[in-house]
Amino acid sequence: MSTDLEKELEQELEQELDLTQLTLGNELPLRQHTATNVSLFMYNAAVWNAHRIHYDETYTTEVEGHPAIVIDGPLQGDWLSQVALNWLGARGSVLNFSYTNRKASYLGEVLTSGGVISAIDLHKRSVELTLFIKNEAGEVVTPGTATVSFF
Amino acid sequence: MGLLTNEHFDSIGTAEPSIEVQISRREIQKYAAATEQQQAKYIQGDEAPPMFIFNLFSPISSLADMRADGLARGKATGPKLPLKRIMAGGTQINQHLPIRPGDRLTGTRKITDMYEKQGSTGPLIFTVRSLAIANAHGELVMEEIQTSIAR
Repeated sequence: MSTDLEKELEQELEQELDLTQLTLGNELPLRQHTATNVSLFMYNAAVWNAHRIHYDETYTTEVEGHPAIVIDGPLQGDWLSQVALNWLGARGSVLNFSYTNRKASYLGEVLTSGGVISAIDLHKRSVELTLFIKNEAGEVVTPGTATVSFF
Repeated sequence: MGLLTNEHFDSIGTAEPSIEVQISRREIQKYAAATEQQQAKYIQGDEAPPMFIFNLFSPISSLADMRADGLARGKATGPKLPLKRIMAGGTQINQHLPIRPGDRLTGTRKITDMYEKQGSTGPLIFTVRSLAIANAHGELVMEEIQTSIAR
């Protein structure tokens, strides 16, 4: 079974990537993320995290003082990593990535992940990416970087 | 300020007991579903996305050891912190080898830094932990540096 994205990536692989075609500032595809109670339950079950700020609204607002259920920082980190992973596909590997949870995000917010090419090393066949997750106000809530290496 | 004591600073560099984990395809599949992965290798569980390792090498605590906030009591290395509200701060990951079903991985975590900052709502304590993940052959698979923030 292949997803549409996998088929696209396979088609891309048929053409050998010419790194000289990449340009600093090239934008990676944007993607929207809308967390729900169900998706946060699934994520926190998968990573075995019982912190109540991710599912208990009364506790979250009245005890920890947040305005609403908190979207996990590491979940946003995963979404951020997917920007690099999905852009690269089977053309190489992600050597490293990092992110900082700069500002909390809450259930009900629509977040957008994306990135730009910030450095190209033709000799090493590697590319550095500046990544972000923005909220609906356009604020970068989770900035990050990744270094990817092409085969 | 001055919330951290010599006891806290003395804990820097102390490794927690290593934890061994056998990677299961089903656990990768659950994680991939929860994080809306788009690549077939993750969805089918052939390979784990990099952020799959989040919380993977934490001890499994009994219900009796859970605090009222849903976090495990005494889960972290070192002396107790005077601030109890914990938030994820950010992560850096260096990936050397892919993680696949059947891999038997050993994770060793230690505190590498602790420091205080004054936040807009009060003092914050930053704890930086490093995690080294090795496979059954002793090869380094992944390194993670994770920052948590207590407020």
